[in-house]
Amino acid sequence: MDFLTLLQVLDTSVRLATPLLLACLAGLYSERSGVVDIGLEGKMLAAAFFSAAVAFYSGNAWVGLLAGVGASVALAVVHGLASITFRGNQLISGVAINFLAAGMTVLVAQSWFRQGGRTPPLEGDARFNPIELPFAIGPTDAAAADRPLSQLIAEAGPLQQFYSELISGHSSLVYLALLTVPFTWWLLFRTRFGLRLRAVGENPAAVDTAGVSVVWLRYAAVLLCGVLCGVAGAYLSSALQAGFVKDMTAGRGFIALAALIFAKWRPVYALWACLLFGLFQALELRPDIIENVIGLKVQVQLLGALPYILTVVILAGFVGKAIPPKASAEPYIKER
Amino acid sequence: MTAPAIELKGISKAFGPVQANKDISISVQPGTIHGIIGENGAGKSTLMSILYGFYKADAGEIFIKGQKTLIPDSQAAIRAGIGMVFQHFKLVENFTVLENIILGAEHGAMLNSSLSNARKELKHLAEEYGLNVDPDEVIENLSVGHQQRVEILKALYRKAEILILDEPTGVLTPAEADQLFRILDRLREEGKTIILITHKLREIMEFTDTVSVMRRGEMTATVKTSETSPEHLAELMVGRKVLLRVDKKPAEPSETVLDIKGLRVVDEAGVERVKGIDLTVRAGEIVGIAGVAGNGQSELLEVLGGFADGTGEITMNGTALPLTGHGADGQARRAAGISHVPEDRQREGLIMEFAAWENTVFGYHHSPEIQNGILMDNNGIYTEAEAKMQRFDVRPPDPKLAAKNFSGGNQQKIVLAREIERNPDLLLIGQPTRGVDIGAIEFIHQQVVNLRDQGKAILLVSVELEEILSLADRVVVMFDGHITGERVASQTNEKELGLLMAGITDTSAVANGNGGNENSTQEVHADG
Repeated sequence: MDFLTLLQVLDTSVRLATPLLLACLAGLYSERSGVVDIGLEGKMLAAAFFSAAVAFYSGNAWVGLLAGVGASVALAVVHGLASITFRGNQLISGVAINFLAAGMTVLVAQSWFRQGGRTPPLEGDARFNPIELPFAIGPTDAAAADRPLSQLIAEAGPLQQFYSELISGHSSLVYLALLTVPFTWWLLFRTRFGLRLRAVGENPAAVDTAGVSVVWLRYAAVLLCGVLCGVAGAYLSSALQAGFVKDMTAGRGFIALAALIFAKWRPVYALWACLLFGLFQALELRPDIIENVIGLKVQVQLLGALPYILTVVILAGFVGKAIPPKASAEPYIKER
Repeated sequence: MTAPAIELKGISKAFGPVQANKDISISVQPGTIHGIIGENGAGKSTLMSILYGFYKADAGEIFIKGQKTLIPDSQAAIRAGIGMVFQHFKLVENFTVLENIILGAEHGAMLNSSLSNARKELKHLAEEYGLNVDPDEVIENLSVGHQQRVEILKALYRKAEILILDEPTGVLTPAEADQLFRILDRLREEGKTIILITHKLREIMEFTDTVSVMRRGEMTATVKTSETSPEHLAELMVGRKVLLRVDKKPAEPSETVLDIKGLRVVDEAGVERVKGIDLTVRAGEIVGIAGVAGNGQSELLEVLGGFADGTGEITMNGTALPLTGHGADGQARRAAGISHVPEDRQREGLIMEFAAWENTVFGYHHSPEIQNGILMDNNGIYTEAEAKMQRFDVRPPDPKLAAKNFSGGNQQKIVLAREIERNPDLLLIGQPTRGVDIGAIEFIHQQVVNLRDQGKAILLVSVELEEILSLADRVVVMFDGHITGERVASQTNEKELGLLMAGITDTSAVANGNGGNENSTQEVHADG
C-alpha cells in the first residue's frame, strides 16, 4: 500500500469518525451527569432528517443544521422529562426515542416528499461542502490547471499530500467536531460547571447537600447531548451524504456508546476511540486494502462488529477497567 | 444573655398518618455543644432534615441568632450558617479533598482560582482547628475518620457557625471518635455552636453542655448535662410505657439446640460486624437479642440463616454447621432444622410481586410433598396455602393476591405461616413486628410463644425493647458486635438494657430492686 492510499483511508476514517465523535461526546455529557442515553441513535436520525428537509426547503445547510439540532433537542427534552423529572427508566426512554425517530422520520419524509421515505438530494449551499485550507491543493487548483485533482496531489511532495488529502478538504462540521474535544475537556475539568456535572454523575446527594440543583445540572447535560447529537445527525445527511435516507444512522449511535465505554468516559480518549472505530468503517469500504496488507481476505462484517467486540473486551476488564459514573442510570430521589 | 445561636419554636412534621415531629422547641446558646438523644425513629433525623432544608415543616418557626429564618432548601441553610455532617457522607468518592470542598461553593466559573483559594483557606482551617487532611488526596483513599474531617471542613469552608452532626461516631473506630471530639471541643472554643445527634449516652454525658431527649416525635425534656445522669436520660429516652402483655408461662428450657462459639462476621465492605460472640439457645426458650440497629444483630441472623459467611463454630443439635460455601446456604440451614423469618420481610422474606400462595412455599419448593413428578403440585400448594391463611388469620384470605397488596402485619403472617409450619427445631425471627399494626402484633407474639411451648428454640432479634422484654425469656444485649450483657427478662428493665445497649456495662445503679423504676419492674414481674 502506498502513502497516498494510506492517506485516503485515513481521510475516509476522519469523515466517518466525525458523527461517531459528536455522538460520543453527546453521550459523554449525558452519562457524566448520571443519565444513561441509548437514544443517541434516535436523536441523530431525527436530526438527520429534519436538517436535510429544512436544508432542502431553505437551500441553506446552516438553517438545516439549526432545524436538526432543534429536533434532537426536542427528543432530549423528552428523555429529560422521562428520566429526570419523572424518574423513569432511562433505558426504556432511550429505546422509545429510537423507535419513535425511526418511524417518524420515514413517515414525515414520505408525507412531505413522496420519495419513499427519503429527502430529495441536496445540492450547492444546502450541503456542507469541503473547505479548502490555505496552501492546500484542492478543486480550485485543479480547475485552474485544468487537470484532475488526483493527478495534482499524486505529483506533490509527501507533506503537501498529507496536508491536502488528510488535513484539508473536510466540511466545517468535521473541524467543529474536532474542536469539541478540547472544549469538552476544558469544560469538564477546568470549569465550575464541569466540576458540578461530574459530581452529579458520581454522587448527586453531594451536589444536592451543597445547595446545587441536581435537576438543573442533569437537564443542562441532557440538552448539551441533544445539541451534539443534532450536529452529528445534520453532518450525516448534509455533509457525509447529500440527503436523508431511511435508517441512515445505521447503528452509529450504538457504536458511539461503545466508543464512550472504550474511552472510559473521557473526552480525549473518546477522540482516539472514534477515530479507531472510524478506521474500521473506512476499511469496511475498502476490503481490498486489508487483503493487500495482511494477505488475508477478511469478511467486512467482521470489521463492522469489531467496535462491539473491542468494547466487550474492555468491559471484561482485559484492557484496564472501564468504571462508569457511579450514579449512572439512577434517578435522584432526595432521601435521608 | 445573648440571643440563642439557633432556636426552634413549635416544629411539627407528619408523613401521612405518622407524626414524626410534634411541636418541637429547642434553644441552643452559641459556643455550646447541644446533644439530641433518642431511640431510632424518635424523629431526630427528621428534625435535622427540616433544619437543613430537606423537608418543609408543617408548622413552626426557626430563629437563627434571634432572626426568624426560612429554610426552604439546603442553599438557604448554608446561607444561614448551618453546616451538616451526615451519617452517610455526601462526598464524591473519586474527587480530591479540595474538589469536594469547593463543590457548590466555588469562587467563580473557572476552577483554578477556586482551587488555589480553597487551598489557602484549607491550610488556615487546618491550623486553626487541627483538621489536617491532604487536600490533593482522593476521597476513596481516605479513612472514614478523615472523610468525616472533609465533611467538617466543607461546612467550615462555607462559614458555618452552627454545625450539626448526625450520629457522627456510628462509623468511627473509638480512636477516631476521640479525635473527633477533640476537634469538636476546639470548634466550641472558637465560638461555633454544635448540635450532636446520637443515641450513645456516653457521648452525651462526656461532651455536651445541654441535652434534649426525643421520644416518638416529641421533645420530652431539655436539661443541662451536668444536672442529669445516664440513668435519668435512659428513662426519658425509653419512657415509662406500659409493656405489651404477652400471655405466657415461665419457660422450661431443656437441652441446647444452638451453640455459637467465637462467631465473627465481616461484611462486604470489609468491616467486622460481629466480633466474636458466644451464645446458646435451648429448646423451649426464647432468647431475645436487644441492641440498637446496626450493632451486629442482623449479621448474626444472616450467618445463621445461611446468607452470609462467618468464622467460628456453630453447632445445631450437636452437629457442626459449615459457615462458608455451599453447605452454608439457606437450603442447608433449612435442612438442619432452622427456619428464618428475616428482618426485612419485603426483600428477604417475600417476593412482593408474586401471589401469596406462591410465597407460602419459597425456600421449601424442593420439598418432596409438593412435587408432582417433574412439576410442582400447584393445586396442592394452593389448597394448603388457603388453609394456612385461615390458620394464621391472614386478611384478606385470598391466596391469589400479590404479597405487596397485603398490609405489613399480614405479610408477616404469611412468612410466619411458611416458616413455623415447617416444624423447625430453631426459629430465627428478626424484627417480628416492625411495621405491624397493634392487632397483628399480639397474634404474632402468641404464635412465637406457642412454638416455644412446643419445645422449640427461638432466637429473637428486635430493636424494640418492649418487645424483647415481653416476649423473650432470656435477653442478650449486643453493642458494636460484642455481647455486652445477658439478663433474665423477668429480672431486668428497659433502663438497664438501655445502658447495655449504649455500651455501658456498669448497670448497678439501675439494676432491678436497686432504685429502678418500680412500675415497669412490677409489670415485667407480672408478665414473667
